[in-house]
Amino acid sequence: MTTWTIVFALVLGLSAGVLAGLFGVGGGVLFVPVLVALGLGQLEAQATSLLAILPTVAAGAWNQRRYGNLRIRPALIVGLVSVAGVEIGAQIATSLDETLLRRLFAILLFAVAAQLAWRAYRGRPRYPESP
Amino acid sequence: MRLVAIGLAAGVFSALFGVGGGIIAVPLLILALGLPTRVATATSLGAIGITALAGVVVFSLRGEIDAGYAALVGLPATAGALLGTSLQQRIDTRMLAYGFSLLLVVVGAWLLVS
Repeated sequence: MTTWTIVFALVLGLSAGVLAGLFGVGGGVLFVPVLVALGLGQLEAQATSLLAILPTVAAGAWNQRRYGNLRIRPALIVGLVSVAGVEIGAQIATSLDETLLRRLFAILLFAVAAQLAWRAYRGRPRYPESP
Repeated sequence: MRLVAIGLAAGVFSALFGVGGGIIAVPLLILALGLPTRVATATSLGAIGITALAGVVVFSLRGEIDAGYAALVGLPATAGALLGTSLQQRIDTRMLAYGFSLLLVVVGAWLLVS
């Protein structure tokens, strides 16, 4: 690993974290392409991304809890139920060809981009007055 | 019941694509539950913690995780998440959302051609 590689990873990691905090995602949409650019295979990049997500969302959730935005009960229900979905997703991911998986991931990024733009365009009151 | 459906969908997406599932959870929490955006993003982060932990267990059993690389991007991202969640309380993220969308389109196109 060259110094340049490390700087690249640190800068993009930091940026991914900021975006994760701003938009309530784990940062995986950026971790995966960064890890692919660093030379990991698609599946390995996706699995490694999940580990990178852990401290990122722990810090984000902790900070949001201080601001009083985190609702524990729905977070717990969604999180615990998702464990069942994880096994299904992992089975599919490991059975797919890596090139196909990469193409699907690219399509996912387009869908996420459309969704984020739509959310912003819709301009729902994003910042209601805090009580 | 809605929360169960959201959780299941988030879990499948998370493990299939190596993302947290927040991409799925945030819009559903806003649309199906009517949570304010900031509350939805915060709650999503909490849920993702559990989802990603399950994913890490499943994929580490299959030997697909590189811990060194995870630390390389994950540790600066942890600092970034603190910064991002603090910033979110103060600024209008709408223009940033357009920028983020554009970035994702570019990255997606790069992945398709690479």
